[in-house]
Amino acid sequence: MTTDTQMASAELGDTIIKIDGLNKWYGQFHVLKDIDLDVKRGERIVICGPSGSGKSTLIRCINRLETHQEGSIVVDGIELTEDTKHINDIRREVGMVFQHFNLFPHLTVLENCTLAPIWVRKTPKREAEETAMRYLERVKIPEQANKYPGQLSGGQQQRVAIARSLCMNPRVMLFDEPTSALDPEMIAEVLDVMVGLAEDGMTMLCVTHEMGFARKVANRVIFMDGGQIVEQNEPEEFFNNPQNDRTQLFLSQILQH
Amino acid sequence: MSEVKTFVPAPDRAPPSNTLGPIAWVRENLFGSLSSTVATLLFFYLFFSYVPPFIEWALINANWTGADRSVCEANPAGACWTFINVRLEQILFGLYFASNPDELWRPTFIFILFFALLLPLLFEKTPGKKWLTIALLGVFPVVFYFVVYGGSFGIPQSNTTQWGGFLLTFALAFVGILLALPIGILLALGRRSELPVIRSICVVYIEFWRGTPLITILFMASVMLPLFFPAGVEFDKVVRAMIGITMFQSAYTAEAVRGGLAAIPKGQAEAAMALGLGYWKRTIFITLPQALKISIPSIVNTFIALFKDTSLVSIIGLLDLLNMAQTAARSVEWKGYDIEGYLFAGFIYWAFCYGMSRYSQNLERKLDTNRRN
Repeated sequence: MTTDTQMASAELGDTIIKIDGLNKWYGQFHVLKDIDLDVKRGERIVICGPSGSGKSTLIRCINRLETHQEGSIVVDGIELTEDTKHINDIRREVGMVFQHFNLFPHLTVLENCTLAPIWVRKTPKREAEETAMRYLERVKIPEQANKYPGQLSGGQQQRVAIARSLCMNPRVMLFDEPTSALDPEMIAEVLDVMVGLAEDGMTMLCVTHEMGFARKVANRVIFMDGGQIVEQNEPEEFFNNPQNDRTQLFLSQILQH
Repeated sequence: MSEVKTFVPAPDRAPPSNTLGPIAWVRENLFGSLSSTVATLLFFYLFFSYVPPFIEWALINANWTGADRSVCEANPAGACWTFINVRLEQILFGLYFASNPDELWRPTFIFILFFALLLPLLFEKTPGKKWLTIALLGVFPVVFYFVVYGGSFGIPQSNTTQWGGFLLTFALAFVGILLALPIGILLALGRRSELPVIRSICVVYIEFWRGTPLITILFMASVMLPLFFPAGVEFDKVVRAMIGITMFQSAYTAEAVRGGLAAIPKGQAEAAMALGLGYWKRTIFITLPQALKISIPSIVNTFIALFKDTSLVSIIGLLDLLNMAQTAARSVEWKGYDIEGYLFAGFIYWAFCYGMSRYSQNLERKLDTNRRN
């Protein structure tokens, strides 16, 4: 395990995600307000904030699971527009892990991992299966490859979901509260996998309240409330010396217990 | 500092012996309470006062052989299966084939072929199921057309107005089921489409055909459809019935499939989208297989209803299994043996419907990936 400072000072590349003046409404409700965010290649960002603050919506805009009404999002040089081809081009480069895993229950673990590589990337089946087994080994469940998701524990399912995303060889990984639906004993096994990914230099945007994880791997912690980015800083400063009183209140509440 | 204790799980014990075994089962399930005891006794009373006499009439005392009604009149205490035996070709294959003994091989061959393709599919370990299914759903209807309808390869053309009996029931139900499933799936997807035009078309189609009684549709197909085509263009009566049934059935199938689609969590489509799968791939690999699995009971339910509803074609003068049995029982030679005719027709309907029901239950079990081994 590398130390916090080493990880934080790792070399960062060029900008891979560029969000400018992003605004989104659900009907009359203004969920995202003037969001500007640049993500560098290899950067690991943790986004936190109270529920309803727009943090999930923000990362779901990046792969167009949510549409935005104003502003621009450019991912790896491709701008997100109505163009379905652009959307699918971006989605195959951006992996996503959901709170409720969203594994395909009618397919085995291995089939979950090989479906997209075979049908989206046109990888030959055998090669896709080899890749899938490699990633399943990496998340430490190769022996479950031929089981169905319903036969696995929550923590195992979430690790499969991570492997499934990695099989597409994405350039960015989005995590939408990946441990919120897990029992305490299973959170650690999922976080371990995520820490491993971070060490390998994966660009990650992670909505989570696991502050230990944020301290350990993040280059930057973003705090959101009311659809806005209230404060962002490197973890050490963010936790020890929050600048905004809203951030202070939030941190005092979640770190109290 | 206190000593750390080691956690040792307690061993499992057997349940108390008076909760196991057949006597405990009977006491708990049949005579568990006063009302349950009364229900049990009432059931046994009704069962023993009606079932043995029926079996005696239908099986033990029944007449099976002979060529005319004199056998049955000599032994009125038993059922007259002689009637069914003598009129079997008519009831199963209709008047055309019953009155042309040289052509009887055609429907016989078709049913043998059907069961030869179907039965292996019912066993789990049959190899090459994919090809058998393709043969049954794709090749068999074509063979059916050339063998039963005829008109080419030196097989004389049969007169469809004289098709009848189980052959007609089978043809109508098979075509109805075969065409209604894909049309119904497309309609269900269309009804959930984000494009307002497609959605509206599907809603109107489904609500129109679902809101109209089948008997009305058949009647309109028979009387009104010819009015829309120029004089001289004549549609076969059986084809018209098939079109009407397919339209009707596809609306019902669509609603059954839509129920399944609505039950799939949104996260499934989102996960597929996030992997870069487009609409059709998402639908074919992710949402549809799960939706169909959920809607198997209701889809099969509509198929069973259709199988029996085919008897409504009597309204346009076609004699299906039920009507043919009735017609045979009203002939001069066999007048008065309606009960045997209805029972026989009922038994065939039941056998097929029960078969479909069992197959669907089997399929549900097989596709249940949530069981832990």
